[in-house]
Amino acid sequence: MRRFSWLYVPAGLTYLFLYLPIVVLVVMSFNAADTPYRWDGFDTAWYGRLFADRAIREGLINTLVVAAGATALSTVLGTLLAVGLARHTRSKLLDAIAVAPAVLPDIVLAIGLLAFYTAVQFTLGLHSILLAHTVFGTAFVAAVVRTRLAHVDGSLEEASRDLGATAAHTFVRITLPSLAPGIIAGALLAFSLSIDEFVIAFFTAGPQDPTLPIVIYSMVRFGVTPEINALATLLLAVSFTFVIAAQRLSRLTESL
Amino acid sequence: MSDHHAGEPLVSIKSVSRRFGDVQALEQVSLEIRQGEFFALLGPSGCGKTTLLRILAGFEHPDSGSVTLDGNDLLAVPPHRRPVNLMFQSYALFPHMSVEKNIAYGLERDRVPKREIRERVDAVLATVGLTGLARRRPHQLSGGQRQRVALARAIVKRPRLLLLDEPLSALDKKVRAEMQLELKRLQHEVGITFVVVTHDQEEAMSLADRIAVMSEGRVRQVDAPVPLYERPADLFVADFIGANNLVTGVVTTEGLRVPDVGLLPCPAAPDAVGATATLAVRPERVRLGADGVLVGVVRDVTFFGGTTRVAVDVTGLDRPLLATVAGAAAVGVGDKTRVDWSGSDAVLLDRT
Repeated sequence: MRRFSWLYVPAGLTYLFLYLPIVVLVVMSFNAADTPYRWDGFDTAWYGRLFADRAIREGLINTLVVAAGATALSTVLGTLLAVGLARHTRSKLLDAIAVAPAVLPDIVLAIGLLAFYTAVQFTLGLHSILLAHTVFGTAFVAAVVRTRLAHVDGSLEEASRDLGATAAHTFVRITLPSLAPGIIAGALLAFSLSIDEFVIAFFTAGPQDPTLPIVIYSMVRFGVTPEINALATLLLAVSFTFVIAAQRLSRLTESL
Repeated sequence: MSDHHAGEPLVSIKSVSRRFGDVQALEQVSLEIRQGEFFALLGPSGCGKTTLLRILAGFEHPDSGSVTLDGNDLLAVPPHRRPVNLMFQSYALFPHMSVEKNIAYGLERDRVPKREIRERVDAVLATVGLTGLARRRPHQLSGGQRQRVALARAIVKRPRLLLLDEPLSALDKKVRAEMQLELKRLQHEVGITFVVVTHDQEEAMSLADRIAVMSEGRVRQVDAPVPLYERPADLFVADFIGANNLVTGVVTTEGLRVPDVGLLPCPAAPDAVGATATLAVRPERVRLGADGVLVGVVRDVTFFGGTTRVAVDVTGLDRPLLATVAGAAAVGVGDKTRVDWSGSDAVLLDRT
């Protein structure tokens, strides 16, 4: 058996600090009582109530539409951007600008997008959120694919050309497959970031179609209900799955 | 057999120049590569040999000059339509494809019938000794095996010209010696013209029929290995290929007059009398102990097994003279010895 080290204590406390609120949330979502001050026993009734709630159901559908659309767009744009940057420019500045939306404060992006939509008199709705999410999604995909590109031997494409393939054929048969793990990881990241994004969605949403995070926000203004706990627990499960899948894929990337 | 005959020029490179910013990578390079030969481009890194190789492959374009293959303009043809294949230094095997898919890739692009592809892939796998590894992925192979796959992939299309970029540099010493023999055998077997780029002079000497020595974007000398070694055209070649003793002096009818040293044996050069020149003599041509014209003190004796290298300090020369003798040396460090060589074994270079 390994000897106990006192260094495990601060490590354990740090993990506790990070995950205690989440554990409380998950536990409370199974609480039969409707207040967090009391434990009335294990119950999954709140999950049932959740699926019966029309506002939440519609919010969920809106969120999935936005996330799917934004992921599709940003995966294509981000991949092309990364390949273009790697192959056709040596500018560090262009590189930095391409990934900047990923690290800019959400509020800056949100205000900027709203100002822009107003200036061009763009009607707000699901499509405006979708485009807004595509902005940072593209930056994330570009960043992940760019990292992958750095690991790929550039002479692969030349070898393909040398063996008689056209530039287009080379892109489809050689470039895309060697980037695939990065592209998929980028897409998963863009999707999981989009489904729980609140600030930008809040600013760029129309009055009719709120996404799930906006629905939750309007509900908690009147106090956190166990229903919300159940919803948050489900979102947590989905996010975790995606993040772990993305990480697995990028690890697979390195072994290739 | 084809209608091309060995010895005829296959590739003709005329006054090719290429500039990258401030660097003149190639300066007025002209070369002829003959049908069926094993040709080497040799030089230190940055001499332009890789740029020339990439021009032949089509990944680089010269600023001026012309390149023809079988008399047709090669520069007008995009890389994927050239009857030229390149074996990359990194091998550039496609990691997501099996060995056989890698090799079949070029044939599929040429729309060769499926059956013929299978036959040719099997045949080339046998040629490079990889039968049985067809379904492996590149990362499941050793360095030497990967190199064989890269070679198989490049020759399976039966190119008119095969380019090899530092083919042995990624292998360890033992595998390298093995592959060296293998490459020579293979070139003989498939009858394709090979052009190899290398910075390793021993590799070039042992592989190639003819070698072009390059430095700073220029071709210094093109010759077979033996004349290249015995009759270097200039100081750079004399110094770059093998070891050489270099001494500068003034040419006279009796020999090379070197101030503070005396008259050194050198080949007769009636037209160069009075000119300043550098004499180059190989260590194995230098004789010790005889009634030599020079007197020196042994500074260093290095035993290599079959031969021994002796360094002799001679007053007036800034570098010790090197002599290679067979077996063990008869002299020891600190001994006085006489040194000389026969005039016809030396070469006079860079006369001015």
